[in-house]
Amino acid sequence: MKPAPFNYYAPTSLAETLDLLAEYGSDDGRVLAGGQSLVPAMAFRLARPRHLVDINGVTELNYTRIDNGRLCIGAGVRHSAFEKPIEDGPLGRLLTMVVRHIAHGPIRARGTFCGSIAHADPASEWCAVAAALDVEMVAESKVSGTRVIHSREFFESIMQTALHEDEILREVRLPILSKGTFVGFAEFSRRAGDYAIAMAVAIYRLKNGMMSDMRIALGGAEATPRRVTEAERVLIGRPPNLGTFQAAGHAATTAIDPLDDANINAEYRRSVVGAMVRRALESAAT
Amino acid sequence: MNDETGATRWIGQSVERLEDPPLVTGRGRFAGDINFPRQLHMRIVRSNHAHGNIVSIDMEVARELPGVVAIWTAADIADVPPIDFREGPIERLAPYRQPVLATGRVRYVGEPVLAVFAEDAYVAEDAADLITVEIEQLPPLLSAEAEPAEFSLGRNTEAAILTQGYGDVEAVFKSAPHIVELKLTSGRHSGVPLETRGALGRYDASRDVLELHGAAKVPHRNKELLARMLDRAPSSVQCYESHVGGGFGIRGELYPEDVLVCVAAMRFDRPVKWIEDRREHLIAANHSRNQHHRIRAACNVDGEILAIDDEICHDNGAYVRTHATRVAMMTCGVLPGPYRIPGAYRAVCHFRLTNKTPAATYRAPGRFETTFVRERLVDAIANQLKLDPIHIRRLNAVRVDEMPFKRPLEALGEEIHFDSGDYHALLDKTLDYVDWVKLNRDLAVRRDRGEMVGVGLAMFVEKAGLGPADGVRIQVDTSGVIEVITGGASIGQGFETVMAQVAAECLGADYKNMRVTHGNTERIEHGIGAHASRATVMTASATRVAALKVRDKALNIASELMQAPIDELDIVNGEVVVKGRAGGPSMSLGQIAAALAPSSKTRGDREPGLSAEGWFYADHQVYPYGNHLAVVKVDPDTGGVQVLRYVVSYDIGRAINPELVKGQIAGGFAQGLGGALMEEFTYNENGDPLAVTFADYLLPTVKETPEVEIVLTEDHPSPLNPLGIKGAGESGVNGVGAAIASAIDDAIGIPGAITELPVTPQRLKAIIDGRK
Repeated sequence: MKPAPFNYYAPTSLAETLDLLAEYGSDDGRVLAGGQSLVPAMAFRLARPRHLVDINGVTELNYTRIDNGRLCIGAGVRHSAFEKPIEDGPLGRLLTMVVRHIAHGPIRARGTFCGSIAHADPASEWCAVAAALDVEMVAESKVSGTRVIHSREFFESIMQTALHEDEILREVRLPILSKGTFVGFAEFSRRAGDYAIAMAVAIYRLKNGMMSDMRIALGGAEATPRRVTEAERVLIGRPPNLGTFQAAGHAATTAIDPLDDANINAEYRRSVVGAMVRRALESAAT
Repeated sequence: MNDETGATRWIGQSVERLEDPPLVTGRGRFAGDINFPRQLHMRIVRSNHAHGNIVSIDMEVARELPGVVAIWTAADIADVPPIDFREGPIERLAPYRQPVLATGRVRYVGEPVLAVFAEDAYVAEDAADLITVEIEQLPPLLSAEAEPAEFSLGRNTEAAILTQGYGDVEAVFKSAPHIVELKLTSGRHSGVPLETRGALGRYDASRDVLELHGAAKVPHRNKELLARMLDRAPSSVQCYESHVGGGFGIRGELYPEDVLVCVAAMRFDRPVKWIEDRREHLIAANHSRNQHHRIRAACNVDGEILAIDDEICHDNGAYVRTHATRVAMMTCGVLPGPYRIPGAYRAVCHFRLTNKTPAATYRAPGRFETTFVRERLVDAIANQLKLDPIHIRRLNAVRVDEMPFKRPLEALGEEIHFDSGDYHALLDKTLDYVDWVKLNRDLAVRRDRGEMVGVGLAMFVEKAGLGPADGVRIQVDTSGVIEVITGGASIGQGFETVMAQVAAECLGADYKNMRVTHGNTERIEHGIGAHASRATVMTASATRVAALKVRDKALNIASELMQAPIDELDIVNGEVVVKGRAGGPSMSLGQIAAALAPSSKTRGDREPGLSAEGWFYADHQVYPYGNHLAVVKVDPDTGGVQVLRYVVSYDIGRAINPELVKGQIAGGFAQGLGGALMEEFTYNENGDPLAVTFADYLLPTVKETPEVEIVLTEDHPSPLNPLGIKGAGESGVNGVGAAIASAIDDAIGIPGAITELPVTPQRLKAIIDGRK
């Protein structure tokens, strides 16, 4: 439970952070933000970064702002920032619904939004939200400057992302949802705050009583979070009711390739996915 | 207080805990807080394979690491025998004992293979990381139900077959009109204290004394065991208990690491510290509970259970540790619980080793498992005979007019004698408390509306207060502070407070004026520690004897000094006073202690010191009893179970401190809930443990744990000790698996559905969907 030796750096500016990542990123350097996943992994020596670049002193990354129809979340923003609506509309409401499921109070007070996205745990709630909303990831490095990565291209595999070794995930941009958008979330975990066995995000609008602008995303179910278009298609142009929600849940269960591990088998996870899609839709509708 | 009146100034009061001030102000002293100058730190290199032969060990790079002092393999401690059994050598089991470091063969993931000693804990872990142990893998044996395999040449993994019973089982089954059969499994889980294990060895060459700090549970027994293993005089080995962050039967047994720090301290002539990390705890400290039962009952048409026949496969993991076969033997003896079973009984337990972490006692060993099995059996009988399960329980429970009830079976080496109790009356209280008829009606209405809700009940008999003897020394200093010195142990249960209450009551002093010294082998020669729900029964009874002696001694000299007859004196709040004369002459206990000093002229020919030793002897354990009742709700989509309500009713005989008793019950319940629904040490097919962190080994949190409603009764004080005490420690955990299993059956409407603990959502979902 003692981490392997590492070098520790505590930059106070983004420029300094990028310098350090340029120098050490390729030599097994890692960004330390909230540390709620990385530090335990280091204690178990499952992660052995040679260099740790601690961005907790980089205050310029502690921001959220609304810019051009998007909510921009800086790399220093903690989970707990979303416990009260950060924005008055459906997006703010969705984020408050989701954040309650992220671990426990002390972890939410330390862990960061961008850190969760960069860590890309399949069971991360924010990753599922990112997939549902087709968000933009703003990566930055000293050498290649700023680039925007779409969430569809960002999550590559379990804890594997499109970020380069010398890049920091500086910001994530979420589209503001227009008034009248219905948002819902559901997850199942064995205990309050545990890694979910499966979760679903549901977002839609109503046109003449029928569902449109359908977004359904899953987390925890597969190696990477993603939208499930098979389930979305079932709902587009249909009314929101138990029957259509169940049909969407069923479509999701057949569409996915569930994770299968020694404790939770694929068959069980598949059945939970169906229930979570239905419940996310139900929670959106109420 | 005297024997007849049983006054209750302190006994029976829920006074505040004496032990809390340092704990709640951050001044506690746990094993990790203890440090000695020049200490070394030990790190264990453990086997990463469940079964195999050690081919080679490469530690050259590790040795070179600055700060590394030594690295040991089994060859370095060839003179240290395997860890022996606490109760003394047992020849037939000796080959199955665990070596302190693996000798050639590794038998579970987590088995100590090497010990690294370094100047600091980080270096020790870095060095351990640099060591490569090459192991030639052998096929692991992972089920106690499988055919035994070879353990060593000429010896297989079935270390023992244990049997208990009476009567002609075959004959009763042959003639019985009904036979009910079940196959049941209790999962592998264990006590997981907040504080992991820790040990510091120190050798004081100036006194030739070997010290083990961080001892818990049974310091005196470990002192004797260490002395035996290391071939030292017991008087040259001392154990010291510090604060203990939870015991549960797990913490405080003598483990390889405890022996290593002691041996190393002597070899290096430096103190050696070892603190277990959480992963180590989950793979190295004792596991428990894993049993498979094939049980059948022979019944008559009324539902009377005539005979029980149980065949058990007990999974003890890789070695036989300090408890030997205790859990398995207990299982065979206590399985019938509160029921009469008049015809015949047979339990055959295959005590088998597997390539998993060794197993031993965990809070209510053999009872959590057997209450689950027995109460499942009773429910199955009711279902098969179409009779009310409560009726079956009433019909079969031992009646109050049959007490004391003797049963030709044994628990912890004693024949089982239920000392007292009225099982029917307590059952009535439980059912009245919840309004059983209305509760069932309400649940039926909810089920009709589509909710999966149900209720389950379990009856059980606990056992407590194992003898045969415990002694306590009480001494009053000249300031009037009363020191109660005991070989009992405090594992967080409120031991100090309870002993202080009893001493205060008997002596006539404020309980806050007591200093309770425990778990220090240097201060008192004998001690039973804290296990088997013994402390309050045995140690408090001994405390009472010692306190009454001190009282007599104080009154004797006070009578002379105050010139009043003894029977006109009383001790009130630490002052000897003349009865009925408020504001009259008085002497404090401190003054009396001074008057009894060796050099005191007033002492006369009395033995010096206001002090006394008191012993209490018990031929038989006591048998408290209770009921557990669970109301659960099942989520048909996920198989998740929510416990809506939980009731424990329990007759404790006499509660010294009711709040502490309730605390014991509530804490035990939470652990039972873990074992019933969440906690499980799982393994993959290679024998790799899958529950090695708190993300995988799921302890119930406050969110999953409902407030437990406790109906505490004192209707049947034990006749076996003067205070009528029965013991509390294991009552909260005993029936949880049984009650919850029964409630889930009721909720999903499938009688007998639950055959295995824990009831994980995945397992339950498969049952609901008809896939099992």
